[in-house]
Amino acid sequence: MACMKLKKLEQILQEVDSFDTPKIKLEQYMTPPNIAACILFAIQSSFDDIDNKIIADLGCGSGILSIGSILLGAAFCSGFDIDHDALNICLKNLKQFQLSSYDLIQCDISYLSDTFYKRYDTVIMNPPFGTNKKGIDIEFLKVAINMSKHSVYSLHKTNTREYISSKARSWRIKNEVIAELRFDLPHTYKFHTKKSVDIAVDLHRFSQL
Amino acid sequence: MKLVTHNMLTSKCLKGVNTGYPLKLVVKEIRVQSSDFNKEFISKMIPRLDWAVFVVAAKQIGHAGNLPDQLLPDYENNEELLKDVHHALFEVDIYEGELICPETNRKFQISEGIPNMLVKENEL
Repeated sequence: MACMKLKKLEQILQEVDSFDTPKIKLEQYMTPPNIAACILFAIQSSFDDIDNKIIADLGCGSGILSIGSILLGAAFCSGFDIDHDALNICLKNLKQFQLSSYDLIQCDISYLSDTFYKRYDTVIMNPPFGTNKKGIDIEFLKVAINMSKHSVYSLHKTNTREYISSKARSWRIKNEVIAELRFDLPHTYKFHTKKSVDIAVDLHRFSQL
Repeated sequence: MKLVTHNMLTSKCLKGVNTGYPLKLVVKEIRVQSSDFNKEFISKMIPRLDWAVFVVAAKQIGHAGNLPDQLLPDYENNEELLKDVHHALFEVDIYEGELICPETNRKFQISEGIPNMLVKENEL
């Protein structure tokens, strides 16, 4: 499984259904399939953090990162989201791909920290950037670091890189940016006046947790 | 919801609850779907489980096979045992049911296999 080619993974992830009506409050948008494929492939090929691992996806939304992880050989993947509609789409997607090595759990981010302390090998997530609710990105990160035994991968806006790194330093964990990406977000929300919005995004890796 | 998740979930988030573990299970519908058995992974998984909680839950849902109440040493080489663990842990989905807090009896619904652990602010 783990030797699936990048092109093939990208092709498959194109089939993942996105949100019907994304909720601005929750900063819902789907990680673009080409980017999801690219980062998952890098996480597996450079760090071997997916194949045979137990993975958590926080704010899983339509589940593209969970699905890609399972396709790359994850032994089990837990998808967490606060939103019932998002989880329904995620469930439909997982069923469509005939995957079974997963569980979905509806909960608030604050629920996770104590309950799942160090239960996962790897956390992979595309958290809200905190555009709508200030500080939510750091809250996700803190919880992810608590839940993972080994490493956390998380997407953040490039213009918050210094801030994220300083947080990691203050928590005394190792942090590196392993990819610089551009999100070409299509016209998802009404307040996006341009046809698409190009955002610079970093893939961070946190380790030595 | 598979038993691997049940083995982790708590209701500790509720106001006044100390451990909130294990959550009581009410099962209304079960679905079974086979998945690839990976001996090495299951062996690695076992020490991470609360074994007693797992066996009680597996018996309750009627999928315990020959799981012993106490884990025997040398389980890594007992393929039959590892297969029983794999089945109960990953192949049985509690599709409709409830989780109940052992201390307050607060119910959490499981619908289409998804447990809803959301709590209201006044319950925190």
